[in-house]
Amino acid sequence: MPVNMIACCKQVPDPEAPPSVFKVADNKMTLPPDVKPVIGQYEEFALEAALKVKDTNGGKITALSLGNNFVRDVIKKALAVGSDELILLEDEAFEGGDSWSTANALAMAIKKMAEYDIIFCGRQSSDWDAGQVGLGIAEILEIPAVTLARKVEVVDGKAKVERVIPDGYQVVEVTLPALIIVTSGIGALRYATLKGIMAAAKKQPVIWKPADIGLETSQIGAAGRHSKLDKLFQPVKEAKCEIIEGETPAEAGANLALKLREAKLL
Amino acid sequence: MAEYRGILVCGELVGGKLASITTELLGCGRKLADEIKEDLSCMLASDSVGEASKEAIAYGADRVYTVEHPTLKEYQADSYMQASEKLVKDTSPRVILMGHTSMGRDLAPRLAFRLGTSLTTDCLDLSLDPEANLLVQTRPVYGGNAQAIFTSEFMPQMATVRTKAMSPLERDDSRKGEVIPTKIDIDTSKVRTKILETVKEEAVGIKLEDAPVIVSGGRGMAGPEPFRTTLKELADLLHGAVGASRPPADNGWVPEALHIGLTGKIVAPDIYIAIAISGASQHTAGCTGSKHIIAINKDPEANIFREAELGVVGKYEDVVPALTSKLKELLAG
Repeated sequence: MPVNMIACCKQVPDPEAPPSVFKVADNKMTLPPDVKPVIGQYEEFALEAALKVKDTNGGKITALSLGNNFVRDVIKKALAVGSDELILLEDEAFEGGDSWSTANALAMAIKKMAEYDIIFCGRQSSDWDAGQVGLGIAEILEIPAVTLARKVEVVDGKAKVERVIPDGYQVVEVTLPALIIVTSGIGALRYATLKGIMAAAKKQPVIWKPADIGLETSQIGAAGRHSKLDKLFQPVKEAKCEIIEGETPAEAGANLALKLREAKLL
Repeated sequence: MAEYRGILVCGELVGGKLASITTELLGCGRKLADEIKEDLSCMLASDSVGEASKEAIAYGADRVYTVEHPTLKEYQADSYMQASEKLVKDTSPRVILMGHTSMGRDLAPRLAFRLGTSLTTDCLDLSLDPEANLLVQTRPVYGGNAQAIFTSEFMPQMATVRTKAMSPLERDDSRKGEVIPTKIDIDTSKVRTKILETVKEEAVGIKLEDAPVIVSGGRGMAGPEPFRTTLKELADLLHGAVGASRPPADNGWVPEALHIGLTGKIVAPDIYIAIAISGASQHTAGCTGSKHIIAINKDPEANIFREAELGVVGKYEDVVPALTSKLKELLAG
């Protein structure tokens, strides 16, 4: 059966940038311009999960994102890898939101889209790491949600999900429509093909403003928050590492053994 | 409007006993409750709670709500949601604490949205602001590259807490408390998921969370083999366990159960040996609680040397076998 899917993605600063470039100023994270935005790593897994279902069952994927000033080439990666449509909730008023206002706006957009079988989300964004938006959307839409999926199969209007648990996994069956939150075991997002990139270049994202999803600006972004960010800071760490030397790396290794014994650590 | 009072810990059981995260939450909750002179309660849900309720009292709870139902034997969102939503509505706690565990990550956001309140996940520190008694919540953000402090005016105040971030009280069986068996009818027709199978994948040997020594490998291992040979040999010698950073788990070199980091396991062994691990914040978030961190990396600029107390600069293929053989000699002597 063809499956109608929505994949939620977020544009974030590249989380793989070296720790030293992350600097806080004025309660905000500032990053040098050479740190490029990317689609968050867990949303890439969500996209891959949707693409795998499409490979097997056929169907349609709509990528959905919320923010402002999207870099078109970055967010259009969702189209280039194989999504059929891209909807952007793009407006200044969407800025500065928290899990509550973000989940609410995404849920309203999904209500407007009306028909779907599965909503895929990543387990947490790569900037704020809160891990709440997906479950929030499911609560607002009153649909079941399965978290930490590493494999998804759709058969007879149900999804069979391998869900990661601390010492292994569970196989969970859920009736559709459902929201599935994806984790790393699903496999890396496939590369875009040349054909995919060319097709994406011709497609324009659909832009929805707050009014298009029936929300007032007081309900979204910073104004719609349920939590308040009081302070953003970086704890000071003093480097205190003692480097154990040796004539050769092997000797340094043996000297480390001596040091560990001497310090009674082992 | 209901009056919100007291601290509620949503507890977890492991093999019929209180999970260590629950004792940590009770330790933290006790402190918060004493500050505002309110009570600390603990909810324990299972098919049968048994002696764990007494344990919760010994670790600081004034009151334990035991919710027993066959569907609560194993965590399932839709049944646990019914139990926790009902208990919270009946008891109106000011603060709800859960572990940032497999259960807490799944349950807390659902409950927060259902209640229309706010939630801060993965907290490292919690306090109460003295004026409004709001929960001041500190958590890592940007993959551990910064920390943020959040508050919310919405009630109840909800947080999940990272494992090993808080200290439990000393167990004291003379502590007094009340066990309140709480009957909650779980409507099984509203449980929309079905667990078909549960499969254990844990590596044999010592569990990561319990190991006094962890020998951990990163992207620099370049494949599954060193985890079974070089690292395992050192781990076995020290009666420890082998772990990994995210890339080896993502690449399938090791099972996900060995992944240590923000989105994997949080560990706090006596000795953590990080081998060919660059030390991205996402990884160090999972091991900073270790008593002693030792780094071996060929890159002297690697971030892991900022976290470590002892280090060797060199290729692991050269350093680790020499370390292992010298230790073998020293430990035998």
